[in-house]
Amino acid sequence: MEERNESNRALARVVTIDMVVALIVFALGALVVYESYQLGSSWGSDGPQAGYFPFYIGLLICISGTMVFVQSLLRLRSDAKVFVERAQLKQVMIVLIPTVAYVLSVQLIGIYVSAMVFIGLFMRFVGKYRGLRSAIVGVTVSVIAFALFEIWFKIPLPKGPVESLLGY
Amino acid sequence: MEELSALFHGFSVVLTPFNLMLMFVGIVLGVIIGVLPGLGGANGIAILLPLTFSMSPTSAIIMLSCIYWGALFGGAITSILFNIPGEPWSVATTFDGYPMAQQGRAGEALTGAFTSSFVGALVAVIMFTFIAPAVAAFALQFGPAEFFAVYLLTFCSFVGTGKGNPFKIIASMMLGFAMAAVGIDIVTGQLRLTFGFTQLLHGFHFLVAVIGLFGIGEILLSMEEGLSFSGQTAKINTKIVLETWAKLPRYWMTSIRSCLVGCWMGIIPGGATPASFMSYGVARQMSRDGAKFGTGQLEGVVAPETAAHAAGTSALLPMLTLGIPGSPTAAVLLGGLLIWGLQPGPLLFVEQKDFVWGLIASMYLGNIAGLIVVITMVPFFAAILRIPFSIIAPVIVVICSFGAFTVHNSMFDVWLMAVFGIVGYVFKKLDYPLAPMVLALVLGDAAESSFRQAMLISQGDLSIMWSNWLVGGITTLALLLLFWPLFQAGMARIKAGLAEGGGR
Repeated sequence: MEERNESNRALARVVTIDMVVALIVFALGALVVYESYQLGSSWGSDGPQAGYFPFYIGLLICISGTMVFVQSLLRLRSDAKVFVERAQLKQVMIVLIPTVAYVLSVQLIGIYVSAMVFIGLFMRFVGKYRGLRSAIVGVTVSVIAFALFEIWFKIPLPKGPVESLLGY
Repeated sequence: MEELSALFHGFSVVLTPFNLMLMFVGIVLGVIIGVLPGLGGANGIAILLPLTFSMSPTSAIIMLSCIYWGALFGGAITSILFNIPGEPWSVATTFDGYPMAQQGRAGEALTGAFTSSFVGALVAVIMFTFIAPAVAAFALQFGPAEFFAVYLLTFCSFVGTGKGNPFKIIASMMLGFAMAAVGIDIVTGQLRLTFGFTQLLHGFHFLVAVIGLFGIGEILLSMEEGLSFSGQTAKINTKIVLETWAKLPRYWMTSIRSCLVGCWMGIIPGGATPASFMSYGVARQMSRDGAKFGTGQLEGVVAPETAAHAAGTSALLPMLTLGIPGSPTAAVLLGGLLIWGLQPGPLLFVEQKDFVWGLIASMYLGNIAGLIVVITMVPFFAAILRIPFSIIAPVIVVICSFGAFTVHNSMFDVWLMAVFGIVGYVFKKLDYPLAPMVLALVLGDAAESSFRQAMLISQGDLSIMWSNWLVGGITTLALLLLFWPLFQAGMARIKAGLAEGGGR
């Protein structure tokens, strides 16, 4: 990436990310066009085929992606606006990585224990709260959610070994 | 007056203890949602939607619409006390609201904001009561071509009224349509765009998208800014409230103007946010104290709040009468109606009278309840804002994951939520608007089927879009709006050409 001229803390410029996203948008549009074409994007014996509408949607995605890409290309030299700084990205990752880990753990061990652990650990290590306080908040949220969903509204959520130990 | 008797019937439906309790619960939840970063009206309602499936549709919509009113009220609290707009439409409220709070007039600003929100909403509801049945009756004559023209108008007006890059608006919108097309094609039964993934059979549910884009995305953004709340304290007592109320009638002209701006902007999509800015701008130009705006004028709080609330209320009009929501939040409410088995649109007014008039009656009562709740409970809500972000953030992520899972009881949706969160973060930073994407995702199937039906009638001839004055007029207006940015850019270029040499 071309951050040579900028303050060393800037990780990417808006223009660069704009172009990358425009390319992704274009690729998605092309995918839609291809699939719609495969399905049949014209007029069948009984009316419009399944790909009739999405085909044009895909085309429009491709066109707008291209336009955004060209627009950014024209600003490539002049626009130095920063997309994200190192410190900012770090802050984002501090939420994003635990969130992804949390989702993974919901899949593996159920939602209630995961929520409890996630909130507790996040408060303990990001918020620098004392262990007891973090644990109390985590347990409280989890117990309230359990009462609300499993007992009151009877909406089943993913559960794991701990819940089955408790008889649910 | 037929509407009045229907309205009183509506009141009789709403006025049960259970419904009144739901109303207050809804308002309180709504204000909390409006105050917390990362939870807004749209995704707050999206998350709470599954909890209402066991209620009757009327009770459910009362609670959900009250959450919506609450969120509208809540945005003002953060704007005035913390200079942080809790909702996009309360950005304009910070201009004069926060200076007032700094001068120790927070109570006055809050009372002014709440009261004018209430006035705006009330005017919009009265308009709603009398216009909605007429619009619905008119729309009963609509055929597929007319409906598609209205959809077209909805989406083109995003391009025409949006401030950002029109290609980004279109890209975001079309991605929404593409996501709506994923899954089983309702007409032919073929699988579309699933690429062999069984998880994609049901397509992308917009509630998951809303929760991810607005919930997780917002958390990531707030975290990046490293939010530390340092706000003013508010003292509200009866004396301040009464004193402010005594001052407010002075701004009656501003109020009327803002109501008009709000009602108009709410019906066309785009809604509350531009309405609040527009109303603030108009008030500054028209007011005698215009030059003092921005330094803590009560009038500068009245104008945007009245308009935002009027717009927020009238955004429900096209949603109920045509089945076309004017804002993401209205879109979520529409999704709720579909889940309860109610088809929004003109027939709703014929087939589900209890529901429609119950909802309209609850708009009156909900706003009165809202005014009482917010004025009496401001310190409590301000205290919520002081909870550090490192507690709020994980709790909101957890709440979002509950919401995403309960949509389909599918783990895949929770993963999707995380992905949408990242998309929301990047799109927000690159100025891709999220509202058109959500609306396209909600309306995609309906827009496509009305288009296909229209094409079937005309055997693929696009001229059906101009086959009579009504559909032709709407289509032409839509196209005008679509090419409006192009026209504007052209004008700007000509002007720049005339003023050559100024050079930036």
